[in-house]
Amino acid sequence: MNIDRRAFFKIAAAGAATALCPAPAAARPPKELPPEAVGILYDATLCIGCKACEVACKAENDMPMAHDTPLERAHGVAGTWDADNDLNSRTMTKIKVYTSGTAAVKDREEDGFSFIKRSCMHCVDPNCISACPVSALTKDPFTGVVRYNPDACIGCRYCQLACPFNIPKFEYDKAFPKIVKCQLCPDRLAAGGIPACCDACPTGASLFGRLPDLLTEAHRRLTFKPGEQQQYPVRRLDGDEQRKAEVTGYHPKVYGETESGGTQYLMMAGVPFDKLGLPPVGDTSRAQLSETIQHTLYQGMVAPTLLLGGLVFAVYRRTHAEQEDASEGEESTPEAREGRRDE
Amino acid sequence: MSEVYRPIGGKLLTRHFYFMGVLVLIGAFFMARRFIFGIGDVANLSDGFPWGIWITYDVVTGTAIACGGYAMALLVYIFNRGQFHPMIRAALLTSVFGYTLAGLSIVIDVGRYWQLYNVFLPQYANLNSVMLEVALCVTLYTLVLWIELSPAILEAMKDNRHLRQVRHALFFFIGLGILLPTMHQSSLGSLLLIAGYKVHPLWQTNIIPLLFLLTAITMGYAMVVFESLYAAVNLDRPIETDLLSKISAIIPWLLILYLVLRISDLVWTGAIAALLKPGPEPLLFVLETALFLYAIVNLLHKERRIRPRVLFWTALATILGGSLYRFDAFLIAYNPGPGWQYFPGVGEILITLAIIAVEIMAYLFFVKKMPILLAARPARLGAKA
Repeated sequence: MNIDRRAFFKIAAAGAATALCPAPAAARPPKELPPEAVGILYDATLCIGCKACEVACKAENDMPMAHDTPLERAHGVAGTWDADNDLNSRTMTKIKVYTSGTAAVKDREEDGFSFIKRSCMHCVDPNCISACPVSALTKDPFTGVVRYNPDACIGCRYCQLACPFNIPKFEYDKAFPKIVKCQLCPDRLAAGGIPACCDACPTGASLFGRLPDLLTEAHRRLTFKPGEQQQYPVRRLDGDEQRKAEVTGYHPKVYGETESGGTQYLMMAGVPFDKLGLPPVGDTSRAQLSETIQHTLYQGMVAPTLLLGGLVFAVYRRTHAEQEDASEGEESTPEAREGRRDE
Repeated sequence: MSEVYRPIGGKLLTRHFYFMGVLVLIGAFFMARRFIFGIGDVANLSDGFPWGIWITYDVVTGTAIACGGYAMALLVYIFNRGQFHPMIRAALLTSVFGYTLAGLSIVIDVGRYWQLYNVFLPQYANLNSVMLEVALCVTLYTLVLWIELSPAILEAMKDNRHLRQVRHALFFFIGLGILLPTMHQSSLGSLLLIAGYKVHPLWQTNIIPLLFLLTAITMGYAMVVFESLYAAVNLDRPIETDLLSKISAIIPWLLILYLVLRISDLVWTGAIAALLKPGPEPLLFVLETALFLYAIVNLLHKERRIRPRVLFWTALATILGGSLYRFDAFLIAYNPGPGWQYFPGVGEILITLAIIAVEIMAYLFFVKKMPILLAARPARLGAKA
């Protein structure tokens, strides 16, 4: 008797089949590095923790320093320390420190310490961009820099949930808030310059360059033996400035080479990266998985359209006859609604 | 054969109603603070926990609880169970307010609310975004719900001309009103896919859209039962035990399907191993499962299912189990990394309470002033014909 139910199942099954069959073929391929991709190579073994990068970053981006009043009062000076101890809505780059035991030796895991510089990783396949409903976050098609457009942003903060590195920050303390994150100093890059943090770094720990070149440089460094004297470029990889330093030994990995589908901010250190507070992200971007599942279900809106057709048809068949009755008998029965029992 | 709906009348401004009104005023104060001083002034949200109870309760859980209209439409129009038609209006009413107030919560939660319309502008659309799908779908469905409910309002206004027009197009909106929740209730789960490791492995799964959809439909039926029993007790209505017991009979099968899917997926991916790890998450998983098992065990027996008390407690257990599942996935078993924690702020909670109070007040206003509930039950509508 239930012909419309059967029709519905047929249509629903067709919809489900359309949705599910091309799943393996439709898996969204990982994103490729843009042609002119630039980035930063941060080498913790070169970092001396001077935080010149932080100061330069705040100056470049007109961001206020945070004050720690008791500390400043105790030392009788103000404005020397930036009191924020992590990235936040007025801090786009931060030097953090790892210590273990006596913290006697730099870049050693046991009884040692290491610096780590955190900022936006400028992912090759960014989750934040996939997540943003209004394209407020975009990837520059040439440099690959992940940019933010406040005119598009609705402040839903899905980018914060999506980012595996917890990078986008939000101005919770403002009535008209924005998302804050490193955009790799767009004005400086446009003028042929380099980001403020790399410009300020005296040791070459933050090094700007084209991404393929930075990767080559990183792998060159991985071949260095502890105790050797080696030449290290300073500020920019393609510049003239060089500096000789003693190699202290590397943890054999370039963080960011594969993480979350690859990032344009690369890190090297003498200490394993999980000790430095970097999250356990896999080698594929979650954006890839999320988009594959979502586009499998909604490919070309075919499945939803078929399903809608089936549903409307089923409802129409069910209500059609009664509608005729209803329009005739409406005045006498104020509530002859479109639906009625079919028994 | 036709059903007669009538406003139940009675005093609207009861003590109960005034109490809700006070809650709304308190919430309004904190809402004003939120818009003047920023979200941080009232909410404990942070960069690690960008979504708190406004999203997890008001939107994700609130719209699932508001799935009664959707679940009943599936039953009546797709599975041809016409005997449940008399209950659709009441179910629709809770759905209308659940969704409308979820929309209001989004305006409060979203940081740059004055640009919220960007979601509807094609030049900004990001078709890869799960959030875009949810936003568009929920907005459209809220409109569809008002259209589906409009005959009740038009009847109250005695606007027969528009009533006839609406009725002629209603079949399309009913069809759309079944498609849209299927889409966004599953996508509400898909929102978490991209969060990866932040969501505990017992909740993070590739079949999360299916699990969210199944629990939403189940919670929809449970809410219809719960709401009907609430009306029976508080508004002095007859208890529709026979109909409610038939609706409740669907719940255990949906829950069994859900549990089989969820647990076999956990076994398949190996994530089940996380159950043996220390911490509160395994206990929460067990608690969710226990609430559902309680409903399953009690509702599978026909002789137990006809007792209003059993119907009430199993409906409540189903709603709580589904809500806990959502709270766990979005908040409690959500861990953005060391150093972050979240517990809702006082203002945050009071805003959510105000929104719930508005829902209850609107419900009372509508059932008392508009033809929502059945006037009588002619010829034992619930009995098998």
